[in-house]
Amino acid sequence: MTDFLNSPIGVLSLTLAQALALLVPLLIFVAYLTWAERKILGAMQLRKGPNVVGFFGLLQPFADAGKMLMKETIVPAGASRVLFIMAPMLTFSLAMIAWAVIPVNEGWAVADINVGVLYLFAISSLGVYGIIIAGWASNSKYAFLGALRSAAQMVSYEVSMGFVIVTVLLCVGSLNLTDVVLAQKTVWFFIPLFPMFVIFFISTLAETNRAPFDLPEGESELVAGFFVEYSAMTFALFFLGEYANMILMSSLTTILFLGGWLPPFDVAPLNLVPGPVWFILKVCFCLFVFVWVRATFPRYRYDQLMRLGWKVFLPISLIWLVITAGVLKVAGWLPT
Amino acid sequence: MIAGLAFYAFAAVLIASAVMVVTSRNPVHSVLYLILAFFNAAALFLIAGAEFLAMILVIVYVGAVAVLFLFVVMMLDIDFVRLRQGFQRYAPIGAVIGGILFLELVFVLGAWQSSGQAPELRLNAMPADVQNTVAIGRVLYTDYVFLFQGAGLVLLVSMIGAIVLTHRDRVQSKRQNIEAQVTRRTQLDMAKVPVGASIGSLGILRPPVPEEKPKVIAHDDDHGHGHGGHH
Repeated sequence: MTDFLNSPIGVLSLTLAQALALLVPLLIFVAYLTWAERKILGAMQLRKGPNVVGFFGLLQPFADAGKMLMKETIVPAGASRVLFIMAPMLTFSLAMIAWAVIPVNEGWAVADINVGVLYLFAISSLGVYGIIIAGWASNSKYAFLGALRSAAQMVSYEVSMGFVIVTVLLCVGSLNLTDVVLAQKTVWFFIPLFPMFVIFFISTLAETNRAPFDLPEGESELVAGFFVEYSAMTFALFFLGEYANMILMSSLTTILFLGGWLPPFDVAPLNLVPGPVWFILKVCFCLFVFVWVRATFPRYRYDQLMRLGWKVFLPISLIWLVITAGVLKVAGWLPT
Repeated sequence: MIAGLAFYAFAAVLIASAVMVVTSRNPVHSVLYLILAFFNAAALFLIAGAEFLAMILVIVYVGAVAVLFLFVVMMLDIDFVRLRQGFQRYAPIGAVIGGILFLELVFVLGAWQSSGQAPELRLNAMPADVQNTVAIGRVLYTDYVFLFQGAGLVLLVSMIGAIVLTHRDRVQSKRQNIEAQVTRRTQLDMAKVPVGASIGSLGILRPPVPEEKPKVIAHDDDHGHGHGGHH
């Protein structure tokens, strides 16, 4: 058995099995996230939400998926065909490959690489290409405007996100995601770095194009923004990619600030619960806040969005970075 | 063997996409090929064991620089025919420059690979327990700290220069005073309406608007272009 696992074919099939073991639950999670979002939004707006297909509407995501599969993919005249089809695939696959480094429990990551944080940051900064290419290839004014907005927005918020990540890394002393979680054994980072936690969470909202920063879609001004022209599976891929990105950003928040798979207190009933359960609970909490924010806040105006990113978040995160470095140095807590 | 195969695959795609950057008709396609080239360069770094450099290449060049590039190229109104006009005339100059760069690369790599003092020219192999990222940090922030800071200052100066150049001609640029907007008093007041009561029965309906509207006080300074609060 071990001989087989060490042979090239064995390594390949093992990697394939690992990827499937991660991606299949993830896609089911994505499906039920759309269901949960509609249910929560319904409850917050005194409606029922989906309740017809299956008990409590539990089969609704699959009914939607079936509908998407049946519909016809329409490529508009004048569109750049290859890029038009490529854009949703790019969005979806980028949302998937980032999961390779997420540790759900100690040693459970598919690839436990030394630069895990940078890898995630790099992949999330690539997400903008799916949107820009979609907007450009559609050959439509609305789609193009949405794409331009999203490009400016994602580049702006990445800057402050980067500084927040640097602050966390200062406290950890490693770029490995498992090390980041293990460094939070004594205290989860959202307590000492609370302002950074808030900034990071709001930046993830902007990075995933979620309300109140959903200007790239902006259905009241741009119809549906960058994916106006998309239908059927191409649309579904954008949709899945957006929700998978939400889960990804929530798990990044969990890993950086909420202690990953660690229980809140290392005492008897709490530390008996397996790590992945804690991890999923925390991710669900972040996702709930995502939906809660969507139900609560109106959309930002574009100039307000830019002002918040460049004139509020960037200076605060920069100053807090300097303060953190100073405190760590003076108190001698700098990890080696 | 797998690493070798991967190297040749990535290198081939890198060169092909670099050629496409120069030859493709549509500038947007050129930028997209450039991004593909960056990616393959990052993959080559990864194969060489420089994982930090690979990730930084993707974050900085693909994630930020190329996005802005694409942004600008998409918005430009380019006449493709005029763009190609000088191609024949400038091709020899380009070829000469390319040739010089190629020769320089050959000299550098040749010296590095096969000169008598090759072992001394190469950097010392790092100890096995030190991560790539740590090793770069040790060198960059100790031996080369002043050069590093100097590079940062150059970037700062160019950034300030870009901002100054952009804003020099725009005295009339539209500004908003967010504080004035937020603290602006309107005639709107929040009222608590009990469930089931109609607004009319509470006596909180606004009185009919007089003909001459009182001026709102907390405008931002009067540029005559409105205060941006309405949309």
